[in-house]
Amino acid sequence: MYIIIIGGGQVGYYLAKALLEEGHEVLVLEKDSLRTEFINNELGSICVRGDGCEAATLAEVGTERAQMLIAVTAHDEDNLVSCQVAKYKFNVPQTIARLSNPNNETIFKKLGIDVTVSSTNIILEYIKQEVPTHALTHLLTIREKGMEIVDVKIPADSSTVGKTVKELSLPPETILSLIISKERKPRVPTASTVIRAEDQIIAATPAESEDALRAALRGA
Amino acid sequence: MKVVIMGCGRVGSHLASLLDADGHDVTILDINDYSFRRLAPTFKGTALLGNGTEEDSLKRAGIEKADAFVAVTQGDNRNAMAAQICKYNFNVPRVICRFYDPLRQELYNNLGLEAFSPTTIIAQILREKLES
Repeated sequence: MYIIIIGGGQVGYYLAKALLEEGHEVLVLEKDSLRTEFINNELGSICVRGDGCEAATLAEVGTERAQMLIAVTAHDEDNLVSCQVAKYKFNVPQTIARLSNPNNETIFKKLGIDVTVSSTNIILEYIKQEVPTHALTHLLTIREKGMEIVDVKIPADSSTVGKTVKELSLPPETILSLIISKERKPRVPTASTVIRAEDQIIAATPAESEDALRAALRGA
Repeated sequence: MKVVIMGCGRVGSHLASLLDADGHDVTILDINDYSFRRLAPTFKGTALLGNGTEEDSLKRAGIEKADAFVAVTQGDNRNAMAAQICKYNFNVPRVICRFYDPLRQELYNNLGLEAFSPTTIIAQILREKLES
């Protein structure tokens, strides 16, 4: 597959290297001449010096036959324009943009960018899963139904420890689907299942009931 | 009308001062407050430090109530991004965007932005002057 990468920084360089190893045809567009020289010395002549937002430059490197364009410069606006030029002028089927500002995700999607990757968001998601202060983690959103699949951890000192499921005041249309104990034993909860310290509960709930669910499970 | 201008360079500041003198409600955004020195001393509008490619800054500039948005920073890509956010996220009725690169101007015109390129306009004026 012919893949064009915009931006030969750290991300672009390692991405190019990995894609080459997988056997793809890769071309990197980079503005800086020293960086271009470095990439060409390291990876073979796959880097062209130029502005990846300019239609003339993209035409020169044969963008019309590229199956994918990945824009990974440090600037969201440059990545957006590269992808839009590729998509709307050269009909590149797949465009991927790296984002620094996670808030740009929605507008990029709206403007036709196929995939956005935000390292900020990825790190935030990781922190949410690892840090106990974030008691409720989103696992999956079922958009059409407005439902969330979430993961709630029960702290040892929670007032719900020792209660049965039917004693909890769960919000409407909420189902506890799985409880994983501290000892890594999964069980399917029934009305009489007892909540124990450090249980991890997987639940389905309407998006607007998340806070109520957290309160019901953690006794806040 | 309420106008938000992004970029307080020579063009942005001049336009802001003109519209302000005409009695419009003008807010001008720039990422560098030193740029605001270019505004006319009589300017009664709002000069706001902020990045027009960020929704929060645009909201602070009152974009939700704006009748028009003009993107005239030095960066074509910043202009393109901010203009599209205003047009498609905030539904600003009139969005105008400057591109130095004529090819980018053409593309975004085709995509529905009101885009213009001073490069082609000035080249044309100069040609007419020289050939007349």
